[in-house]
Amino acid sequence: MSDAILQANNLVKNYTQRSGRFGFGSTQIKALDDVSITLKTGSTLAVVGESGSGKSTLARCLLQLHPFDSGEVLFQGLDLAKLSGQALRDVRRHLQMVFQDPFASLNPRMRVGEIVGEGLLIHDLGSKAEQQAKVHQMLERVGLEVADAQKYPHQFSGGQRQRIGIARALVLEPKVVVCDEPVSALDVSVQAQILLLLKELQKEMNLSYIFISHDLRVVRHIADEMVVMSAGKVVEQGKVVDIYNNPQQSYTQQLLNAIPGRKAA
Amino acid sequence: MAEILSIANLTITPKTAPNRLLVNNISLSLSAGKTTCIVGESGSGKSLTALSIMGLLSSQLQAQGSIQFQSQELTRLTNKELQAIRGAKIGMIFQEPMTSLNPVLTVGYQIGETLTAHLGLKGVSLKDKIATLLTQVGIPIERANSYPDELSGGQRQRVMIAMSIACEPLLLIADEPTTALDVTVQAQILQLLDELKTRMNMAMLFITHDFGVVADIADDVIVMFRGEIVETGSKIDVLNKPKHPYTKALLACVPDVEGKKQLKPIDYAWLENAA
Repeated sequence: MSDAILQANNLVKNYTQRSGRFGFGSTQIKALDDVSITLKTGSTLAVVGESGSGKSTLARCLLQLHPFDSGEVLFQGLDLAKLSGQALRDVRRHLQMVFQDPFASLNPRMRVGEIVGEGLLIHDLGSKAEQQAKVHQMLERVGLEVADAQKYPHQFSGGQRQRIGIARALVLEPKVVVCDEPVSALDVSVQAQILLLLKELQKEMNLSYIFISHDLRVVRHIADEMVVMSAGKVVEQGKVVDIYNNPQQSYTQQLLNAIPGRKAA
Repeated sequence: MAEILSIANLTITPKTAPNRLLVNNISLSLSAGKTTCIVGESGSGKSLTALSIMGLLSSQLQAQGSIQFQSQELTRLTNKELQAIRGAKIGMIFQEPMTSLNPVLTVGYQIGETLTAHLGLKGVSLKDKIATLLTQVGIPIERANSYPDELSGGQRQRVMIAMSIACEPLLLIADEPTTALDVTVQAQILQLLDELKTRMNMAMLFITHDFGVVADIADDVIVMFRGEIVETGSKIDVLNKPKHPYTKALLACVPDVEGKKQLKPIDYAWLENAA
Protein backbone atom coordinates (compact mmCIF):
# COMPACT_ATOMS: atom_id res chain seq x y z
CA MET A 1 0.00 0.00 0.00
CA SER A 2 2.73 2.43 0.83
CA ASP A 3 5.25 1.86 -1.98
CA ALA A 4 5.35 4.35 -4.83
CA ILE A 5 4.07 3.15 -8.19
CA LEU A 6 4.48 6.41 -10.08
CA GLN A 7 6.83 9.19 -9.18
CA ALA A 8 7.66 12.49 -10.82
CA ASN A 9 10.80 14.32 -9.83
CA ASN A 10 11.47 17.98 -10.56
CA LEU A 11 9.37 18.17 -13.72
CA VAL A 12 9.80 21.36 -15.73
CA LYS A 13 7.79 22.25 -18.79
CA ASN A 14 7.91 25.65 -20.47
CA TYR A 15 5.69 26.84 -23.27
CA THR A 16 6.83 29.61 -25.55
CA GLN A 17 4.17 32.11 -26.46
CA ARG A 18 4.48 34.73 -29.16
CA SER A 19 3.92 38.18 -27.84
CA GLY A 20 4.33 41.84 -28.63
CA ARG A 21 3.39 43.57 -31.84
CA PHE A 22 3.05 41.14 -34.78
CA GLY A 23 4.19 38.29 -32.51
CA PHE A 24 7.89 38.98 -33.01
CA GLY A 25 8.62 38.75 -29.31
CA SER A 26 8.28 35.65 -27.21
CA THR A 27 7.53 34.97 -23.59
CA GLN A 28 8.08 31.79 -21.63
CA ILE A 29 5.17 30.37 -19.70
CA LYS A 30 6.12 27.99 -16.94
CA ALA A 31 3.43 25.33 -17.13
CA LEU A 32 5.32 23.07 -14.73
CA ASP A 33 7.92 24.60 -12.46
CA ASP A 34 9.89 21.97 -10.55
CA VAL A 35 6.96 19.67 -9.79
CA SER A 36 7.52 16.48 -7.78
CA ILE A 37 4.73 14.09 -6.83
CA THR A 38 4.44 10.50 -5.62
CA LEU A 39 1.52 8.16 -6.24
CA LYS A 40 1.30 5.23 -3.83
CA THR A 41 0.08 1.82 -5.02
CA GLY A 42 -3.68 1.38 -4.65
CA SER A 43 -4.31 4.96 -3.59
CA THR A 44 -5.76 8.08 -5.18
CA LEU A 45 -3.76 11.27 -5.54
CA ALA A 46 -5.80 14.34 -6.43
CA VAL A 47 -4.28 17.25 -8.31
CA VAL A 48 -6.20 20.43 -7.55
CA GLY A 49 -5.88 23.95 -8.91
CA GLU A 50 -7.55 26.62 -11.02
CA SER A 51 -7.55 26.81 -14.81
CA GLY A 52 -4.04 27.40 -16.05
CA SER A 53 -2.38 26.03 -12.94
CA GLY A 54 -0.74 23.20 -14.88
CA LYS A 55 -2.88 20.26 -13.74
CA SER A 56 -3.59 18.89 -17.20
CA THR A 57 -0.04 19.52 -18.41
CA LEU A 58 1.17 17.46 -15.46
CA ALA A 59 -1.19 14.62 -16.40
CA ARG A 60 0.02 14.62 -19.98
CA CYS A 61 3.69 14.73 -18.98
CA LEU A 62 3.22 11.83 -16.58
CA LEU A 63 1.89 9.68 -19.42
CA GLN A 64 4.59 10.86 -21.84
CA LEU A 65 1.93 12.39 -24.06
CA HIS A 66 3.82 15.70 -23.86
CA PRO A 67 7.60 15.91 -23.79
CA PHE A 68 8.88 17.83 -20.78
CA ASP A 69 12.03 19.97 -20.57
CA SER A 70 13.71 18.40 -17.58
CA GLY A 71 13.01 16.08 -14.68
CA GLU A 72 12.04 12.42 -14.64
CA VAL A 73 8.97 10.22 -14.37
CA LEU A 74 9.49 6.85 -12.72
CA PHE A 75 6.94 4.06 -13.13
CA GLN A 76 7.79 1.19 -10.80
CA GLY A 77 11.32 2.57 -10.73
CA LEU A 78 11.59 2.72 -14.54
CA ASP A 79 12.51 6.07 -16.11
CA LEU A 80 9.83 6.54 -18.76
CA ALA A 81 11.67 9.25 -20.70
CA LYS A 82 14.46 6.79 -21.47
CA LEU A 83 12.07 4.30 -23.04
CA SER A 84 11.03 4.40 -26.64
CA GLY A 85 9.40 2.23 -29.28
CA GLN A 86 8.23 -1.19 -28.14
CA ALA A 87 9.49 -0.77 -24.57
CA LEU A 88 7.43 2.41 -24.09
CA ARG A 89 4.39 0.80 -25.69
CA ASP A 90 4.64 -2.12 -23.28
CA VAL A 91 4.68 0.21 -20.29
CA ARG A 92 1.85 2.39 -21.65
CA ARG A 93 -0.55 -0.49 -21.29
CA HIS A 94 -0.25 0.04 -17.56
CA LEU A 95 -0.76 3.80 -17.74
CA GLN A 96 -4.25 4.71 -18.93
CA MET A 97 -6.30 7.86 -19.04
CA VAL A 98 -9.96 8.83 -18.61
CA PHE A 99 -10.83 12.17 -20.17
CA GLN A 100 -13.08 15.02 -19.14
CA ASP A 101 -15.34 15.44 -22.11
CA PRO A 102 -17.21 12.23 -22.85
CA PHE A 103 -18.42 13.75 -26.12
CA ALA A 104 -15.04 14.68 -27.58
CA SER A 105 -12.99 11.73 -26.38
CA LEU A 106 -14.80 8.96 -28.24
CA ASN A 107 -14.45 8.52 -32.00
CA PRO A 108 -17.97 9.01 -33.41
CA ARG A 109 -17.30 6.65 -36.32
CA MET A 110 -16.29 3.66 -34.25
CA ARG A 111 -18.59 1.21 -32.55
CA VAL A 112 -18.30 1.02 -28.77
CA GLY A 113 -16.91 -2.52 -29.01
CA GLU A 114 -14.12 -1.29 -31.30
CA ILE A 115 -13.37 1.70 -29.06
CA VAL A 116 -13.05 -0.44 -25.96
CA GLY A 117 -11.22 -3.24 -27.77
CA GLU A 118 -8.73 -1.07 -29.65
CA GLY A 119 -6.18 -1.17 -26.84
CA LEU A 120 -6.28 -4.97 -26.74
CA LEU A 121 -5.71 -5.03 -30.50
CA ILE A 122 -2.78 -2.62 -30.35
CA HIS A 123 -1.11 -4.46 -27.51
CA ASP A 124 -1.95 -7.79 -29.17
CA LEU A 125 -3.46 -9.29 -26.03
CA GLY A 126 -5.17 -12.64 -26.58
CA SER A 127 -6.99 -14.10 -29.57
CA LYS A 128 -9.88 -12.33 -31.28
CA ALA A 129 -12.43 -14.35 -29.33
CA GLU A 130 -10.65 -13.64 -26.05
CA GLN A 131 -10.52 -9.94 -26.83
CA GLN A 132 -14.22 -9.85 -27.58
CA ALA A 133 -15.03 -11.72 -24.40
CA LYS A 134 -12.93 -9.25 -22.45
CA VAL A 135 -14.65 -6.24 -24.02
CA HIS A 136 -18.07 -7.68 -23.21
CA GLN A 137 -17.05 -8.47 -19.66
CA MET A 138 -15.68 -4.95 -19.17
CA LEU A 139 -18.81 -3.32 -20.61
CA GLU A 140 -20.95 -5.26 -18.18
CA ARG A 141 -18.65 -4.39 -15.32
CA VAL A 142 -19.06 -0.64 -15.92
CA GLY A 143 -22.83 -1.00 -16.07
CA LEU A 144 -23.45 -1.27 -19.82
CA GLU A 145 -24.77 -4.19 -21.82
CA VAL A 146 -23.09 -6.61 -24.20
CA ALA A 147 -25.40 -5.41 -26.98
CA ASP A 148 -24.02 -1.88 -26.52
CA ALA A 149 -20.78 -3.00 -28.19
CA GLN A 150 -22.58 -2.72 -31.53
CA LYS A 151 -23.74 0.86 -30.97
CA TYR A 152 -22.08 4.19 -31.74
CA PRO A 153 -21.13 6.82 -29.12
CA HIS A 154 -23.91 9.25 -30.09
CA GLN A 155 -26.48 6.70 -28.97
CA PHE A 156 -25.42 7.15 -25.33
CA SER A 157 -25.94 9.78 -22.63
CA GLY A 158 -23.03 11.69 -21.08
CA GLY A 159 -22.81 9.37 -18.09
CA GLN A 160 -22.91 6.26 -20.27
CA ARG A 161 -20.17 7.67 -22.49
CA GLN A 162 -18.01 8.25 -19.45
CA ARG A 163 -18.59 4.57 -18.60
CA ILE A 164 -17.36 3.68 -22.09
CA GLY A 165 -14.26 5.83 -21.49
CA ILE A 166 -13.63 4.01 -18.22
CA ALA A 167 -14.11 0.61 -19.87
CA ARG A 168 -11.61 1.59 -22.58
CA ALA A 169 -9.03 2.54 -19.96
CA LEU A 170 -9.56 -0.48 -17.72
CA VAL A 171 -9.86 -3.27 -20.27
CA LEU A 172 -6.05 -3.37 -20.44
CA GLU A 173 -5.87 -4.02 -16.71
CA PRO A 174 -3.62 -1.02 -16.12
CA LYS A 175 -1.86 -0.21 -12.86
CA VAL A 176 -2.21 3.57 -13.00
CA VAL A 177 -5.18 5.52 -14.34
CA VAL A 178 -5.01 9.27 -14.82
CA CYS A 179 -8.52 10.74 -14.59
CA ASP A 180 -8.62 14.28 -16.00
CA GLU A 181 -11.78 15.88 -14.59
CA PRO A 182 -13.80 12.72 -15.25
CA VAL A 183 -17.02 13.93 -13.62
CA SER A 184 -17.02 17.68 -14.13
CA ALA A 185 -19.21 17.54 -17.25
CA LEU A 186 -21.84 15.38 -15.53
CA ASP A 187 -24.98 15.99 -13.45
CA VAL A 188 -24.55 15.39 -9.70
CA SER A 189 -26.70 12.27 -9.84
CA VAL A 190 -24.56 10.80 -12.63
CA GLN A 191 -21.42 12.09 -10.95
CA ALA A 192 -22.26 10.06 -7.84
CA GLN A 193 -22.66 6.89 -9.94
CA ILE A 194 -19.33 7.37 -11.70
CA LEU A 195 -17.47 8.19 -8.47
CA LEU A 196 -18.81 5.05 -6.83
CA LEU A 197 -17.90 2.99 -9.91
CA LEU A 198 -14.34 4.34 -9.90
CA LYS A 199 -13.98 3.49 -6.22
CA GLU A 200 -15.29 -0.06 -6.64
CA LEU A 201 -13.02 -0.71 -9.61
CA GLN A 202 -10.05 0.64 -7.71
CA LYS A 203 -10.61 -1.94 -4.96
CA GLU A 204 -11.24 -4.83 -7.35
CA MET A 205 -8.31 -4.18 -9.67
CA ASN A 206 -5.91 -2.58 -7.17
CA LEU A 207 -5.70 0.55 -9.31
CA SER A 208 -3.82 3.71 -8.46
CA TYR A 209 -5.50 6.93 -9.57
CA ILE A 210 -4.21 10.37 -10.38
CA PHE A 211 -7.41 12.39 -10.12
CA ILE A 212 -7.39 15.85 -11.61
CA SER A 213 -10.21 18.06 -10.47
CA HIS A 214 -11.23 21.56 -9.58
CA ASP A 215 -14.18 20.35 -7.51
CA LEU A 216 -13.03 20.20 -3.92
CA ARG A 217 -16.11 18.32 -2.74
CA VAL A 218 -15.39 15.52 -5.18
CA VAL A 219 -11.71 15.45 -4.19
CA ARG A 220 -12.61 15.17 -0.52
CA HIS A 221 -14.74 12.21 -1.37
CA ILE A 222 -12.44 10.21 -3.61
CA ALA A 223 -8.80 11.03 -2.84
CA ASP A 224 -6.38 9.87 -0.17
CA GLU A 225 -3.70 12.45 -0.83
CA MET A 226 -3.67 15.69 -2.75
CA VAL A 227 -1.42 18.19 -4.46
CA VAL A 228 -2.47 21.84 -4.73
CA MET A 229 -1.07 23.58 -7.81
CA SER A 230 -0.93 27.24 -8.73
CA ALA A 231 0.87 28.82 -11.70
CA GLY A 232 2.84 25.65 -12.44
CA LYS A 233 4.10 25.17 -8.90
CA VAL A 234 3.09 22.76 -6.17
CA VAL A 235 1.81 24.97 -3.37
CA GLU A 236 0.95 22.29 -0.86
CA GLN A 237 0.76 18.51 -0.72
CA GLY A 238 -0.22 15.92 1.82
CA LYS A 239 -3.11 13.80 3.08
CA VAL A 240 -6.54 15.07 2.06
CA VAL A 241 -7.80 14.92 5.65
CA ASP A 242 -4.91 17.02 6.94
CA ILE A 243 -5.13 19.65 4.22
CA TYR A 244 -8.91 20.08 4.52
CA ASN A 245 -8.76 20.33 8.30
CA ASN A 246 -5.67 22.43 8.51
CA PRO A 247 -4.47 24.04 5.27
CA GLN A 248 -0.99 25.50 5.68
CA GLN A 249 -0.85 27.85 2.69
CA SER A 250 -3.04 30.89 2.20
CA TYR A 251 -3.77 29.83 -1.41
CA THR A 252 -5.13 26.48 -0.22
CA GLN A 253 -7.24 28.28 2.38
CA GLN A 254 -8.65 30.55 -0.33
CA LEU A 255 -9.57 27.55 -2.46
CA LEU A 256 -11.25 25.76 0.43
CA ASN A 257 -13.15 28.87 1.47
CA ALA A 258 -14.47 29.26 -2.06
CA ILE A 259 -16.24 25.87 -2.04
CA PRO A 260 -19.84 26.88 -2.65
CA GLY A 261 -22.30 26.25 0.15
CA ARG A 262 -19.60 25.75 2.75
CA LYS A 263 -20.93 28.29 5.22
CA ALA A 264 -24.63 27.80 4.71
CA ALA A 265 -25.17 24.05 4.50
CA MET B 1 -42.96 41.64 -1.13
CA ALA B 2 -43.89 42.99 -4.49
CA GLU B 3 -44.60 40.25 -6.97
CA ILE B 4 -42.68 40.83 -10.19
CA LEU B 5 -43.41 37.76 -12.26
CA SER B 6 -45.88 34.95 -11.99
CA ILE B 7 -46.12 31.88 -14.16
CA ALA B 8 -49.32 29.88 -14.12
CA ASN B 9 -49.83 26.43 -15.65
CA LEU B 10 -46.96 26.71 -18.11
CA THR B 11 -46.56 23.70 -20.39
CA ILE B 12 -43.94 23.40 -23.10
CA THR B 13 -44.10 20.75 -25.81
CA PRO B 14 -42.45 20.16 -29.18
CA LYS B 15 -44.76 21.29 -31.99
CA THR B 16 -44.41 17.93 -33.69
CA ALA B 17 -45.06 15.89 -30.55
CA PRO B 18 -47.59 17.71 -28.36
CA ASN B 19 -47.79 14.74 -26.00
CA ARG B 20 -44.15 15.04 -24.90
CA LEU B 21 -44.30 17.38 -21.93
CA LEU B 22 -40.90 19.03 -21.66
CA VAL B 23 -42.28 21.38 -19.04
CA ASN B 24 -45.44 20.08 -17.43
CA ASN B 25 -47.96 22.51 -15.98
CA ILE B 26 -45.70 24.52 -13.69
CA SER B 27 -46.58 27.60 -11.68
CA LEU B 28 -44.26 29.89 -9.78
CA SER B 29 -43.90 33.50 -8.71
CA LEU B 30 -40.92 35.78 -8.18
CA SER B 31 -40.73 38.77 -5.84
CA ALA B 32 -38.55 41.87 -5.78
CA GLY B 33 -35.33 41.53 -3.80
CA LYS B 34 -35.47 37.73 -3.72
CA THR B 35 -33.35 35.09 -5.39
CA THR B 36 -35.17 31.98 -6.50
CA CYS B 37 -33.06 29.03 -7.59
CA ILE B 38 -34.34 26.40 -9.99
CA VAL B 39 -32.40 23.17 -9.44
CA GLY B 40 -32.57 20.00 -11.46
CA GLU B 41 -30.65 17.62 -13.70
CA SER B 42 -30.07 18.10 -17.43
CA GLY B 43 -33.34 17.83 -19.27
CA SER B 44 -35.49 18.70 -16.26
CA GLY B 45 -36.83 21.80 -18.02
CA LYS B 46 -35.08 24.52 -16.01
CA SER B 47 -33.56 26.35 -18.96
CA LEU B 48 -36.72 26.03 -21.06
CA THR B 49 -38.66 27.72 -18.27
CA ALA B 50 -36.22 30.64 -18.28
CA LEU B 51 -36.24 30.94 -22.08
CA SER B 52 -40.03 30.97 -22.21
CA ILE B 53 -40.13 33.98 -19.87
CA MET B 54 -37.95 35.89 -22.32
CA GLY B 55 -39.95 34.64 -25.31
CA LEU B 56 -36.82 33.01 -26.65
CA LEU B 57 -38.06 29.45 -27.05
CA SER B 58 -36.98 27.64 -30.20
CA SER B 59 -39.53 27.80 -33.00
CA GLN B 60 -39.80 24.01 -32.76
CA LEU B 61 -41.41 24.36 -29.35
CA GLN B 62 -44.71 25.76 -28.20
CA ALA B 63 -45.69 27.09 -24.79
CA GLN B 64 -49.12 27.18 -23.19
CA GLY B 65 -50.12 28.95 -20.02
CA SER B 66 -49.70 32.37 -18.59
CA ILE B 67 -46.62 34.44 -17.80
CA GLN B 68 -47.53 37.69 -16.04
CA PHE B 69 -44.82 40.31 -15.72
CA GLN B 70 -45.96 43.41 -13.87
CA SER B 71 -49.56 42.69 -14.86
CA GLN B 72 -48.53 42.35 -18.52
CA GLU B 73 -49.25 39.00 -20.18
CA LEU B 74 -45.91 38.20 -21.85
CA THR B 75 -47.24 35.30 -23.90
CA ARG B 76 -49.57 37.64 -25.81
CA LEU B 77 -46.99 40.29 -26.70
CA THR B 78 -45.64 40.70 -30.20
CA ASN B 79 -41.95 40.24 -30.86
CA LYS B 80 -41.46 43.99 -30.98
CA GLU B 81 -43.16 44.54 -27.65
CA LEU B 82 -41.08 41.75 -26.13
CA GLN B 83 -37.90 43.35 -27.45
CA ALA B 84 -38.68 46.49 -25.51
CA ILE B 85 -38.83 44.44 -22.31
CA ARG B 86 -35.88 42.09 -22.94
CA GLY B 87 -32.65 43.71 -21.87
CA ALA B 88 -34.52 46.61 -20.30
CA LYS B 89 -36.90 45.30 -17.65
CA ILE B 90 -35.71 41.71 -17.79
CA GLY B 91 -31.96 41.06 -17.95
CA MET B 92 -30.35 37.73 -18.71
CA ILE B 93 -26.94 36.15 -18.14
CA PHE B 94 -25.94 32.93 -19.82
CA GLN B 95 -23.58 30.13 -18.91
CA GLU B 96 -20.77 30.59 -21.41
CA PRO B 97 -19.51 34.17 -21.41
CA MET B 98 -17.31 33.64 -24.48
CA THR B 99 -20.07 32.54 -26.80
CA SER B 100 -22.51 35.18 -25.60
CA LEU B 101 -20.15 38.08 -26.36
CA ASN B 102 -19.35 39.24 -29.89
CA PRO B 103 -15.61 38.65 -30.45
CA VAL B 104 -15.13 41.50 -32.96
CA LEU B 105 -16.61 44.31 -30.87
CA THR B 106 -15.08 45.92 -27.77
CA VAL B 107 -16.85 45.17 -24.52
CA GLY B 108 -17.58 48.87 -24.01
CA TYR B 109 -19.38 48.97 -27.36
CA GLN B 110 -21.41 45.91 -26.48
CA ILE B 111 -22.50 47.34 -23.13
CA GLY B 112 -23.31 50.60 -24.93
CA GLU B 113 -25.59 48.88 -27.46
CA THR B 114 -28.07 48.01 -24.73
CA LEU B 115 -28.02 51.55 -23.39
CA THR B 116 -28.53 53.15 -26.79
CA ALA B 117 -31.29 50.76 -27.79
CA HIS B 118 -33.36 51.07 -24.63
CA LEU B 119 -32.46 54.42 -23.08
CA GLY B 120 -31.29 56.32 -26.17
CA LEU B 121 -28.00 57.31 -24.53
CA LYS B 122 -25.32 58.82 -26.78
CA GLY B 123 -21.95 60.57 -26.60
CA VAL B 124 -20.63 61.61 -23.22
CA SER B 125 -23.62 60.41 -21.22
CA LEU B 126 -23.24 56.97 -22.82
CA LYS B 127 -19.52 56.87 -22.01
CA ASP B 128 -20.18 57.89 -18.42
CA LYS B 129 -22.83 55.23 -17.97
CA ILE B 130 -20.54 52.52 -19.39
CA ALA B 131 -17.81 53.61 -16.97
CA THR B 132 -20.23 53.50 -14.03
CA LEU B 133 -21.41 50.03 -14.99
CA LEU B 134 -17.87 48.66 -15.36
CA THR B 135 -16.98 50.06 -11.95
CA GLN B 136 -20.09 48.48 -10.46
CA VAL B 137 -19.05 45.03 -11.63
CA GLY B 138 -15.43 45.51 -10.61
CA ILE B 139 -13.70 46.00 -13.97
CA PRO B 140 -11.20 48.84 -14.60
CA ILE B 141 -12.73 51.51 -16.88
CA GLU B 142 -9.90 51.22 -19.47
CA ARG B 143 -11.16 47.71 -20.19
CA ALA B 144 -14.05 49.24 -22.15
CA ASN B 145 -11.69 49.25 -25.14
CA SER B 146 -10.73 45.58 -24.78
CA TYR B 147 -12.06 42.75 -26.90
CA PRO B 148 -13.65 39.73 -25.18
CA ASP B 149 -10.64 37.47 -25.89
CA GLU B 150 -8.40 39.84 -23.93
CA LEU B 151 -10.41 39.19 -20.76
CA SER B 152 -10.43 36.20 -18.42
CA GLY B 153 -13.54 34.04 -18.00
CA GLY B 154 -14.48 35.78 -14.78
CA GLN B 155 -14.06 39.24 -16.32
CA ARG B 156 -16.19 38.25 -19.32
CA GLN B 157 -18.92 37.12 -16.99
CA ARG B 158 -18.65 40.48 -15.20
CA VAL B 159 -19.10 42.21 -18.57
CA MET B 160 -22.20 40.09 -19.19
CA ILE B 161 -23.52 41.15 -15.79
CA ALA B 162 -22.82 44.81 -16.60
CA MET B 163 -24.83 44.44 -19.81
CA SER B 164 -27.71 42.70 -18.09
CA ILE B 165 -28.07 45.30 -15.34
CA ALA B 166 -27.44 48.29 -17.65
CA CYS B 167 -31.09 49.32 -17.76
CA GLU B 168 -31.77 48.45 -14.11
CA PRO B 169 -34.04 45.50 -14.78
CA LEU B 170 -36.74 44.41 -12.37
CA LEU B 171 -35.95 40.78 -13.05
CA LEU B 172 -32.58 39.18 -13.70
CA ILE B 173 -32.46 35.67 -15.13
CA ALA B 174 -29.14 33.90 -14.63
CA ASP B 175 -28.79 30.55 -16.38
CA GLU B 176 -25.86 28.68 -14.80
CA PRO B 177 -23.71 31.83 -14.80
CA THR B 178 -20.83 30.32 -12.81
CA THR B 179 -20.72 26.75 -14.11
CA ALA B 180 -17.78 27.43 -16.44
CA LEU B 181 -15.73 29.31 -13.82
CA ASP B 182 -13.11 28.34 -11.25
CA VAL B 183 -14.32 28.08 -7.66
CA THR B 184 -12.58 31.22 -6.43
CA VAL B 185 -13.94 33.24 -9.37
CA GLN B 186 -17.34 31.64 -8.88
CA ALA B 187 -17.40 32.82 -5.27
CA GLN B 188 -16.65 36.41 -6.40
CA ILE B 189 -19.34 36.39 -9.10
CA LEU B 190 -21.95 34.97 -6.71
CA GLN B 191 -21.13 37.69 -4.21
CA LEU B 192 -21.38 40.38 -6.89
CA LEU B 193 -24.78 39.11 -8.08
CA ASP B 194 -26.05 38.98 -4.53
CA GLU B 195 -24.92 42.56 -3.82
CA LEU B 196 -26.47 43.89 -7.04
CA LYS B 197 -29.72 42.10 -6.32
CA THR B 198 -29.96 43.69 -2.89
CA ARG B 199 -28.86 47.17 -4.01
CA MET B 200 -31.19 47.30 -7.01
CA ASN B 201 -33.98 45.33 -5.33
CA MET B 202 -34.22 42.99 -8.33
CA ALA B 203 -35.98 39.67 -8.47
CA MET B 204 -33.42 37.07 -9.52
CA LEU B 205 -34.18 33.74 -11.13
CA PHE B 206 -31.04 31.65 -10.80
CA ILE B 207 -30.73 28.35 -12.64
CA THR B 208 -28.16 25.88 -11.41
CA HIS B 209 -27.50 22.20 -10.85
CA ASP B 210 -25.07 22.85 -8.00
CA PHE B 211 -26.52 22.61 -4.51
CA GLY B 212 -23.46 24.37 -3.09
CA VAL B 213 -24.33 27.42 -5.17
CA VAL B 214 -27.96 27.17 -4.03
CA ALA B 215 -26.83 27.20 -0.42
CA ASP B 216 -24.83 30.38 -1.08
CA ILE B 217 -27.22 32.49 -3.11
CA ALA B 218 -30.85 31.34 -2.85
CA ASP B 219 -33.71 32.66 -0.80
CA ASP B 220 -36.21 30.22 -2.27
CA VAL B 221 -35.64 26.96 -4.12
CA ILE B 222 -37.64 25.21 -6.82
CA VAL B 223 -36.70 21.60 -7.62
CA MET B 224 -37.58 20.35 -11.10
CA PHE B 225 -37.64 16.74 -12.26
CA ARG B 226 -38.63 15.63 -15.76
CA GLY B 227 -40.48 18.85 -16.53
CA GLU B 228 -42.38 19.08 -13.27
CA ILE B 229 -41.86 21.12 -10.14
CA VAL B 230 -41.58 18.51 -7.40
CA GLU B 231 -40.77 20.77 -4.48
CA THR B 232 -40.66 24.47 -3.60
CA GLY B 233 -39.77 26.19 -0.39
CA SER B 234 -37.29 28.36 1.42
CA LYS B 235 -33.63 27.43 1.00
CA ILE B 236 -33.33 26.19 4.57
CA ASP B 237 -36.41 23.97 4.34
CA VAL B 238 -35.49 22.41 1.00
CA LEU B 239 -31.83 21.79 1.85
CA ASN B 240 -32.29 20.64 5.43
CA LYS B 241 -35.77 19.16 5.44
CA PRO B 242 -36.48 17.98 1.87
CA LYS B 243 -39.95 16.48 1.55
CA HIS B 244 -40.08 14.99 -1.93
CA PRO B 245 -38.23 11.69 -2.49
CA TYR B 246 -36.50 13.12 -5.57
CA THR B 247 -35.10 16.10 -3.65
CA LYS B 248 -33.84 13.71 -0.97
CA ALA B 249 -32.26 11.46 -3.60
CA LEU B 250 -30.63 14.38 -5.41
CA LEU B 251 -29.19 15.75 -2.17
CA ALA B 252 -27.78 12.29 -1.37
CA CYS B 253 -25.63 12.57 -4.53
CA VAL B 254 -23.84 15.73 -3.44
CA PRO B 255 -20.43 15.05 -1.86
CA ASP B 256 -19.93 16.91 1.44
CA VAL B 257 -16.86 18.90 2.38
CA GLU B 258 -16.15 16.73 5.43
CA GLY B 259 -16.04 13.54 3.33
CA LYS B 260 -18.24 11.67 5.80
CA LYS B 261 -21.24 11.16 3.58
CA GLN B 262 -21.82 7.91 1.73
CA LEU B 263 -22.88 8.90 -1.81
CA LYS B 264 -26.05 7.27 -3.03
CA PRO B 265 -26.93 7.36 -6.74
CA ILE B 266 -30.57 7.99 -7.61
CA ASP B 267 -32.67 4.87 -8.05
CA TYR B 268 -35.06 6.13 -10.73
CA ALA B 269 -37.15 2.95 -10.81
CA TRP B 270 -37.74 3.26 -7.08
CA LEU B 271 -38.63 6.94 -7.49
CA GLU B 272 -41.23 6.18 -10.12
CA ASN B 273 -42.86 3.62 -7.84
CA ALA B 274 -42.83 6.07 -4.95
CA ALA B 275 -44.51 8.74 -7.09
